[in-house]
Amino acid sequence: MRSTGYDQQKQRSIWYRLNIDVPLLIGILCLLTLGLCVVYSAGGQSSEMAIRHAKRIGIALVVMFLVAQIPPLIYRKWAVPAFIVGILLLIAVLLFGHVGKGAQRWIDLGFTMFQPSEIMKLIVPIMIAWYVSQFNLPTKIVHILAAFILVLIPTLLIARQPDLGTSLLIASSGIFVIFLAGASWKLIGTCGVLGSAFAPILWLFLMKDYQKQRVLTFLNPEQDPLGSGYHIIQSKIAIGSGGLQGKGWLQGTQSQLEFLPERHTDFIFAVFSEEFGLIGVTLLLLVYLFIVMRGLWIAISAEHAFTKLLAGSLTLTFFVYVFVNIGMVSGLLPVVGVPLPLVSYGGTSMVTLMAGFGILMAISTHRRFIA
Amino acid sequence: MHAPKRVVIRNHTSEANLFARRAFITLLGVIFILLILFNNIYELEISSYEKYQTRSNSNRIKLLPVAPNRGLIYDRNGVLLAENKPIYSLEVIPEQVDDLEKTVKEVSQLLEISDEKQAKLFKSLRSKRRFKPLELISRLSDQQVALFSVNQHKYPGVFIDARLKRYYPFADLTTHSLGYVARINRRDAIKLEEQGKEENYAATRNIGKLGLEKFYQDILHGTIGNQEVEINNQGRIIRTLNFTPPVPGKDLTLTLDIELQMIAKRALSGKRGAIVAIDPRDGGVLAMYSNPSFDGNLFVHGISSKNYKKLLSSYDRPLVNRTVQGYPPASTIKPLLALTGLEEELITPEEEMYDPGFYQLPGIETKRRDWKKWGHGRVNLSKSLEQSCNVYYYRLSYKLGITRIARMMEKFGFGEYTGLDIYEENRAIMPSIEWKQARYNQPWYGGETLSVGIGQSYWTVTPVQLAQAMSILVNQGQIKVPHLLKATTETSLTSTEGEEPKRVVTSLEMPIDEKPPIQLKNNKNWEIVLDGMHNTVQKEGATGYNAFKGSKYDAAGKTGSAQTANIAQDEKYDAETTQENQRDNAMFVAFAPYENPEIVVAVAIENVAKGGGATNAAPVARQIMDQYFGNRVIVSKNKHPHHKEIYGEQYLDDNKDKKSGNN
Repeated sequence: MRSTGYDQQKQRSIWYRLNIDVPLLIGILCLLTLGLCVVYSAGGQSSEMAIRHAKRIGIALVVMFLVAQIPPLIYRKWAVPAFIVGILLLIAVLLFGHVGKGAQRWIDLGFTMFQPSEIMKLIVPIMIAWYVSQFNLPTKIVHILAAFILVLIPTLLIARQPDLGTSLLIASSGIFVIFLAGASWKLIGTCGVLGSAFAPILWLFLMKDYQKQRVLTFLNPEQDPLGSGYHIIQSKIAIGSGGLQGKGWLQGTQSQLEFLPERHTDFIFAVFSEEFGLIGVTLLLLVYLFIVMRGLWIAISAEHAFTKLLAGSLTLTFFVYVFVNIGMVSGLLPVVGVPLPLVSYGGTSMVTLMAGFGILMAISTHRRFIA
Repeated sequence: MHAPKRVVIRNHTSEANLFARRAFITLLGVIFILLILFNNIYELEISSYEKYQTRSNSNRIKLLPVAPNRGLIYDRNGVLLAENKPIYSLEVIPEQVDDLEKTVKEVSQLLEISDEKQAKLFKSLRSKRRFKPLELISRLSDQQVALFSVNQHKYPGVFIDARLKRYYPFADLTTHSLGYVARINRRDAIKLEEQGKEENYAATRNIGKLGLEKFYQDILHGTIGNQEVEINNQGRIIRTLNFTPPVPGKDLTLTLDIELQMIAKRALSGKRGAIVAIDPRDGGVLAMYSNPSFDGNLFVHGISSKNYKKLLSSYDRPLVNRTVQGYPPASTIKPLLALTGLEEELITPEEEMYDPGFYQLPGIETKRRDWKKWGHGRVNLSKSLEQSCNVYYYRLSYKLGITRIARMMEKFGFGEYTGLDIYEENRAIMPSIEWKQARYNQPWYGGETLSVGIGQSYWTVTPVQLAQAMSILVNQGQIKVPHLLKATTETSLTSTEGEEPKRVVTSLEMPIDEKPPIQLKNNKNWEIVLDGMHNTVQKEGATGYNAFKGSKYDAAGKTGSAQTANIAQDEKYDAETTQENQRDNAMFVAFAPYENPEIVVAVAIENVAKGGGATNAAPVARQIMDQYFGNRVIVSKNKHPHHKEIYGEQYLDDNKDKKSGNN
C-alpha cells in the first residue's frame, strides 16, 4: 500500500516537474482532438483548414506549457502594471485601432495584428484577484465597489469596440472573483435588481443597432428567416435533425451542403450535434463538466487566496464560453460572438484559453512553493 | 497611510472554507446550467426531431419536375402526323470555362452566331449562378450541330442540349384538324391553375392551342415525372437521390386519311374552300381540309410578328378553318327539304308541277326566278333534285312554312354543334321565327321562307354540318357523331415483382357515339329522296352527271350554288363581270357507293369564276372519292335504271360481293 502510494507519488512527480496537471490535460486533449475532427468536417473536408487548425493547437499547447512554468505569484507582482498597460492598449485600440468586420478590435503591430481585449481576459481576473486577495475574506463592500469599478473600466472599453462577447467574458471573469471572495448574498441580490434596472439603459444608450437586432432576432428568429434569423434557424435545424445518434461524421447535410453559416467557427456546435447527435452532445457536456470540476478542485486546493480566486475565475470564465456559445447556437441566448472553447476554429481565443489553462496548471503544481 | 500590517490577522482556514463553499455553489450552478443546455438540446434533437428532420430535408432535397413526352398522332393508316423532334441548343456553363469571353467568341465564330446573341449571354450571366447552363443559341441547324460536335473537345463547358419539340411533317395539310401546340402563356397558366393541373405541367413548355392538340390536350400530355436531387445552399445539384419517370401521353390514331387530305389540297389549290369527308358507318372524319391553310409549325417555335401579320392580313384568310365555317348551303339541302315535304305529306314522289321559270307568292308582284330562265317545265320530286329546280322548292317551302322546315333541319343538326372533337366548330345559323326574333328582334317575312327553301337567306351551314346531315340521310335517320379520333394507344411499363419491367402497348378503339335517331312516319321517304340524289349523279343531263361520268363506283349527290351578292330581280348574273368576292359559292354533297355508303363528301368553294356547284365543287368531290375507292371493285346489286356505265363487276353472285369494302 505504502509503496504503491509512493510509486504514484513518484509517477505524478514526473508531470509535477513538468508543471502539468494530468486530468486537466486529458480533458483539454479530448476537446482539441474533437475540435480537429469537427473543423475538418465543417470546413468541407478540407485538409488545408484542418492542418492550419492542428498547427494552432500545437502553438496553443506550447503556450500552455510555457505559461505553466511561471510561478503564479509572479502574476501578483505584475498585476497592476499589466492592468494599466492593458487599459492603455484598449484606449489605443479605440483611438487608432484597425477596423475589421464592423468592429475596432485590433492593433496593427506591423508584423501581426494584436487584439488587446484577448490579453485582458487574463489580466482582469489577475488584477481583481490581486486586489481582493489583499484584504480579508469576505471582502468588505468598499472593496467590492472598488473591484467593480476595476472590472467596469475594461468591460466598457471593450463594449465600445464593440465586442459584446469579449466584454461579457471579461466582466464575468471579474465578477466571479468577487463572488468567490464571498460577497454577501444581500449585495448579490441588490446587484441583481440594479442590473435588471440597468437593462433598459443598456438597450437605449449603449447597444448598437446590430446588437439590438440580434436580441430581436433571438426573441423571434422566424420573423426574418432569410435575413437576420437565418443563422439561428439553420443552426436549430442542424441540431434538431441530428437526433439521438446524429447523422454521422462528415454526413451532416446542414453543414456539408453549406446551409449552416459560420460552421467552423461560432456555430461549430451545431455541426457537432448534427453529426454526433444527443449522445455526442452529452459526452461533450460531460467533458466540459469534468474540466470545470478539475479547475474548481485546483482552486480549492490552492494555498493562497490569490491563486484560489484566480483559478476559480479562469475555470468559471471557461464555462461561460461554453454556456454562451451553446446557448446561442441552440437558440437559448441571443447571438453573441463567442466561440466554443477549444473546439471552434480560430487561433486567438484558443491561445488565450490555453494560456489560462497554463496558469491553472501552474497553480496546481506550484502549490508547494507557496507558503 | 499607516495601515499595512493589518494583513497579519487573516484567518486562512475560514477563508479557505468560505472559498470552498462558494466554489461548491458555483459548481452546482454549473451543473444546473449544463442541465438547462442539455434539456434544450434534448428538446431539439429528441422532442422536435421529426420537425427539424423534415426541415433539414426540405433544405437539401428538391424535386425537379421531368416533363412527359407528348403523345404522337397518326392517321388512320399509321402515318405519323405529329411527332416530337429533337431540337438542339448550345449551352455554356460559365464555371467550367476558363476564359468565357474568348471561348464564346471562338464558338460564335465557328458557328456564325450573331453578336446580339453573345451580348445576351453575357447579360444573363450577371443574374444567373455560375454553375447553371446559359443558352448561347437555340435551334441549331444540323450543320451547326455537326460542326460543333467535331470541335467540342476544344471547348470544355460548352455543350449541345437536345429538347423535344412538336413537329408536323405535313405542315399546312393537317393544321386545321390537328391544330398546333405553342408556349404556355399567362392565360393558359391561370387556366391550368384553376383546373388544378399546374403541378402536372410544372415542366411542360407547350400546350395544345388549336384543333385536336387542344381538344385532347390532357390525353396527349401524360403525367409528370420527378427527379429528386440533393442541393446545397447555392442550389447546386450534388447528386440524384431518386427518379420517378414521367408517364408519356397517349398516342392518337385518327380517322383522317392523309392521302385524302393531299388530294383535297390539290383539288382546292388556288381556291378558297373546304372539303369534309365522313364515313357514315361510324362518323369518322376521313378528310377535313380548308384551303388555304398555314403551317402550324410556325406557331410551335413562336411565330414572328411579321409572319403572323402576314397570315392575319392575307386576303384569303388562311387562319379561318372553313370546314367549320358557315356557308349558305344553297341547293345542297334540297333533298332534306324534299324529305320534309314527304314527311309532312305535302308532296308525293309522283306529283308534278309546272315550272315557268319563276315563282310568285300569291298576291305579290315580285317574281322569284329559277336559275334556268325559261324554266324546267313539268317537274316531279326526282327531277326537282336532278335539275335543282328552284321553283319546286319555293312552292314547297311556302307550303311548309319556316317553322316546319326549321324543326326538321334542326333534327339534322343544323344550327348546332355536330360534336366533332375540336373546339373551333361553329354553330352556323338555322333561321327560324324564334331565331330572327332573338337575333334581330324582327318578325319573320314569308318571302324569307322562299329563300330558305333554296338554302339561302340567313341559313348557313358548315361543311362538317353538311356532311353530317348527309350522313344522317344515308343512314336513314341514324345519327353517328362525327369524330377525328379513332383510337388511343398507351405504352406503359409494368413491373411485376422480380421481373424486368415490360413494355405494354394498350390500344383503345373509340366507341361510336350515337344520338337518338330521326324517326319518320314513313321510312320509304328516305329511299325516295336518296333515289333522287342517285339520279342527280347518274342520269344523263342531271346536274351531277358530268362530274361523275366514268366513275368506278356508284355515287349519288346534290349540287348547290349560292349567291353571295344581292342581285336585282331582273338583273342577269354574270360571273365574269361580277367582283371576285361577290361571285357565287359552289357547293356539293355526295355519297358512295349508293348501296351501303362508305363515304359522304361535302365541298364548299368560295366565289367561283364560272358555273356553280356542278362544274366547280362536284369534280372536287369526285377526286376525293376516286382516291378513296382507288382500284376497289364496288358491286351494286341493282343496276341504276338509267345508268349507262358499269360499276366494277356488276353481275357477281351474292357470296362474292363481300370482298369489297374494308369493313
